[in-house]
Amino acid sequence: MSPQAQAPAQPQANTPSPPKAARRANGRPSTRTMLVALGLLVIASVVAGIVSGSTTVLIQALVTGLLTGGVYSLIAMGLTLVYGVLHVINFANGALVAVAMFVSYAAVNALGLHPYVALIVTVPVMALIGAGIQAGLLNPIMRSPIHTQLLITIGVALALESLLLIIAGPNPKSVSLPGDFGVEIFGASVSVSRIYAFVGALVLVALLWIVLQKTRMGTAIRSVAASPEGARLVGINVKRIYIITFALGASAAGAAGTLVAPFTTIEPTAGATFNLTAFVVVVLGGMGNVPGALVGGLIVGLTEQLGGLILPGQSPLLAVFVVFLLVLFAKPQGIFGRSS
Amino acid sequence: MSFSTKTVRQPEPAAATGTLISRRVSSSNHTWNLVLVGAVLVLGIVLPFILPAAELGIAMRILIFALMGVGWNMMSGFGGMFSFGHAAFFGIGAYTTAFLLVEVGLTPWLGMIVGMVISAAAAVGISYLALRYQLRGAYYALSTFAFAEMLRLFVIGNESLNKTVGFTVPVMFGDNWGMFQFRAGSPVYFWIGTAMLVIVMLFCIWFLRSRAGRFSIATRDDELAASAVGIPTLRYKLTLVAISAAITALAGALYLQFYMFIDPDLAFGATVSNNAIITAVVGGVGTLWGPVLGAVIVAPLSDLVTELLRHPPEWLSFLEGLDGLDILVYAVVLIAFVLLLPKGIVGTFLGRRKK
Amino acid sequence: MALLEITGLSKSFRGLQALKNVTISVDEGEILGIIGSNGAGKTTLFNCITGAFAPDTGTVKLGGEDITGKKMHTLAQRGLVRTFQLMRPFGTLSTIDNVTIAVQSRGVRPESKARDEATMILARTGLDGWADATSGSLPTAVQKRLELARALAMNPHVLLLDEVLAGLVPSEREPVLELLESLRKNDGVTMVFIEHIMAAVRRLSDRVVMMDQGAVLAQGDVDEVLANPDVVAAYLGKEYGDAA
Repeated sequence: MSPQAQAPAQPQANTPSPPKAARRANGRPSTRTMLVALGLLVIASVVAGIVSGSTTVLIQALVTGLLTGGVYSLIAMGLTLVYGVLHVINFANGALVAVAMFVSYAAVNALGLHPYVALIVTVPVMALIGAGIQAGLLNPIMRSPIHTQLLITIGVALALESLLLIIAGPNPKSVSLPGDFGVEIFGASVSVSRIYAFVGALVLVALLWIVLQKTRMGTAIRSVAASPEGARLVGINVKRIYIITFALGASAAGAAGTLVAPFTTIEPTAGATFNLTAFVVVVLGGMGNVPGALVGGLIVGLTEQLGGLILPGQSPLLAVFVVFLLVLFAKPQGIFGRSS
Repeated sequence: MSFSTKTVRQPEPAAATGTLISRRVSSSNHTWNLVLVGAVLVLGIVLPFILPAAELGIAMRILIFALMGVGWNMMSGFGGMFSFGHAAFFGIGAYTTAFLLVEVGLTPWLGMIVGMVISAAAAVGISYLALRYQLRGAYYALSTFAFAEMLRLFVIGNESLNKTVGFTVPVMFGDNWGMFQFRAGSPVYFWIGTAMLVIVMLFCIWFLRSRAGRFSIATRDDELAASAVGIPTLRYKLTLVAISAAITALAGALYLQFYMFIDPDLAFGATVSNNAIITAVVGGVGTLWGPVLGAVIVAPLSDLVTELLRHPPEWLSFLEGLDGLDILVYAVVLIAFVLLLPKGIVGTFLGRRKK
Repeated sequence: MALLEITGLSKSFRGLQALKNVTISVDEGEILGIIGSNGAGKTTLFNCITGAFAPDTGTVKLGGEDITGKKMHTLAQRGLVRTFQLMRPFGTLSTIDNVTIAVQSRGVRPESKARDEATMILARTGLDGWADATSGSLPTAVQKRLELARALAMNPHVLLLDEVLAGLVPSEREPVLELLESLRKNDGVTMVFIEHIMAAVRRLSDRVVMMDQGAVLAQGDVDEVLANPDVVAAYLGKEYGDAA
C-alpha cells in the first residue's frame, strides 16, 4: 500500500506499520534517555539536599517520592493502557479511581470486608462500568476526530463526579487499614499501607504485562493497538476489544482506588487531582507503555517531592507540570517511547 | 473534447460521524450576520428595562459565557486547534486586570487591554512551541490542559498574586465610569458587556471575511494543501490563537469587574475551560453564532438547576437539596450533544439549510 | 543548467529507506514522467522536493538556487507547485473559493480581481458548473480537477503532478491531457508527473524516470526505459512476486 506520506514531518505516524515480526524494539528506552533521566534526578536530589540542608529530609523525600510514585503508577496504568489501544486520553480515569474508592468504602462498611479484600468487589464493578462506558458512549464515535472522544470522557468524568456527590454527599469519608502502622526505612518514616500500595503497583504491572503478552486476549489487544485495520482483517472483533480494554483500564483504576483508599481522603473530587499526575506519568513513561507507567510514576513521585524541597512555598505539583511541559516538547514519546 | 460542465446534483456524502466542525462557513450570510448583531445590540439595550434586577445576573453570565465561547471557537472551531485549557486566557485577563487595579491603581479599562495583550502573547508563545514541536492530537490537547493547570498552581503558590485568596476589587461609591465600576446591580454593566460582545462579533465577522480569515479557514480545512498554495500556515494559526486568547481575556476582565472578585479556581479552574467548550459545542463549533446561542442555553442552566433544587415541583421533590445535580446536567448535556447533535444547534441548522 | 536539479536525495523513516540516492534533472520546458509501482518512493520524492519534509541527504536546486528543505509555502510562491495524490480540497469552502484563495495567496488584490482570475481558471479546467458547490462534497473526478485548478492558480513555473489521472475514466482523462499539453506549449510550464497509465506517460513525457524501492532504476527515453529488462522485472516482480 502506498505510504500515506503526505503529511509533513510527522511521517512516523503515516508510514505503513512494518509487520509485527520486523517491528523494531520500541518500548525499550534508549540508554541515552535513561541516563539523562537518571542524571537529572541525581542532580535534583543533590540540589534538594543542599537547599533543605539535611540528609534526613532528603531521604524522607526520596522514600516518600518513590512510594507516592508507586501510587501514581498504579493510577496511571489504566490510563496508559486505554491510550495505547484506543488512542483516547481517558479524562474520566481519575473519576473512576474515585468511584472505586467509594465502592471500596461501601464494601468495607456494608459487608465488613477487609479493605484489600474489597478488591473482589471493586474490580468487577469497575470493569462493568468501564465496559458500559466504552460500549455505550465511545464505541459509536471511535472514528470521529480525537477531540470528540476527549469531550465524551470529560463528560463522563463530570457525570461520575456529580453522581458521587449526589449519592454520597460532599463529606469526605475514610477507610482505614486494620493494623496500619508506621515503619522506618533508611531513617524515613512511612505508613505500611503505602508500602502495600507500592507493592500493589508492581503486582499490577506484572499482571497486566502477563495478560498482554501471554494470553490470547492480550495478543488481540496488542494487535488492535498496533493496527485496528489489520486486526479487523484477521477477524478480530475490534469493537469488542475496545470494550475489553476500557474495562481493563477501569479495573486497573479500580484496583488503584482500593489500594490507596486507606491513606487517601475519599471524596467525590478526589478524581481530579489523580488525573493531573496520571497524565504526566503517562506522557513521561510513554503513552501506551505499561512498564513505562511504572517508571514514569516513580519519576513523578520523586519530582514532586524534590520539587517541593527545591522550591519551598510553591505547590510541588508545579515542578511536576514544568517537567511535564518540557517532556511534551522535548521528547513527547516519553522515556520509553511508544506502546510496548 | 472539452470538459463536461454539467452540474450533476450529487448527494452530500455522509459527514464523518461525530464531526463537530460545521461544514460551511456562511460566507453568503453577511447581511444576516449584521442583522443579528443589530438584534443583539437592540436586545442588550432593552433587556435591563424588561428584566427584573435579579435576572440581570444571569444575563451577565450569558454575556460572559458568550464571549468565552466565541473566543474559544476562533481557535478551536475556525482554527481546528482544540483547546482544553482555555481558562488560562480567561484567568490571565482577569488576574492582570485585578493585579493592575489593586496593586497599581490602574483603571480596568486599560488593565483589560494589558490583559488581552499578555493573554495573546502567552497564547502565541505556548502555541508556537506546540506547533513547532508538532504536538498533535491527544498530546496537543494535554498541553493546553497542562498550561491552564500550571498557571493555576503558579498563582496559588505566588505571594504577589495573593495565592489562594485572590483579588477583591475595592468598592467605590456610586457610578465610576473611569474605573469601570457602578452601583451594585446597575444595568450599565450589562450595556457595557453587550457593547463588548457586539464589538467582538463585528470584529470576528470582519476578520473571517478578510484575506487573513479565509487563509485561516483554508489552513483549518487542510493545512498541507494550504501550504501547497503558498499560505504561510504557521502565521495564520498563531493569529487565530492570539485573537482567541484576547477575546477570552476580555471575558475574564468583564467577569472580574462584575463580580468584583477573582481567585485561582474561578480564573483558571477546569470548570472555566469546560464552560467555554460546552457553550460552543451546544451552539455549534465552527459557526459564528453558535457560541452565542450556546451561551443563552448553557449559562442559565446552573441557575435553573439550583432553583429547581431549592423549590422543586411536587413530582421532583426527591431532588430537594441535592448537591451536584447542576454538574450532572452539564455532563449529560455535553455528552448528549457530542453524540447526538455534534454540529450543535446552529451547525445542524446551517447544514440542513444548504440542502 | 537544468531548471530542477535533484542530487543524491535520500530519506528514511524509522528504518524504512524511502529514497536512496536519487539524482534527477529536469530541463526548462521539459515534461518528465515518473513511473514505478506503489511504495517506490515517488510521492516521498515530491514531498522532499516541495519541502513537506527535508531529506536526510542530498540537494534540490531550482534554477541553480539551493532550495533543499525550504518551506513548502515559500516554494509554492516561487512557482514550484504540486498536486496531491489524495485530493485535499478546502472542504468547507466552495470550488471557486478554493481557487480564489490560491490566487490571493500570490498577492492578487483586491478580492474581486482574484475572483475574476479564479473564474477564468475554472473555465479552463471545466469547473465553471461547479463554482459554488461545496468542494468537500464534489465527486472524485471533479475534485481531481480542482486540485489541478488550484495548482494552476499559483502560476506554476514547475508543476509536480501526483497521479493527476488516477480515478478518472478514459473520457475524463483526455481533457486533462490536452490541458497539460497546452500548459507546456502556451505557458511554458515545466512538468514532472507521477503516473501509472502508460498511454498518458508515452503521450506527454519527453523523458521518463523509473523508480523502484526508493532508487532510480532507469531514466531516459520512454521506449528505452520500458524495454529495459530491469524495469520489466521490477514491474512483473511486483505483480507476481508478492503472491508467491
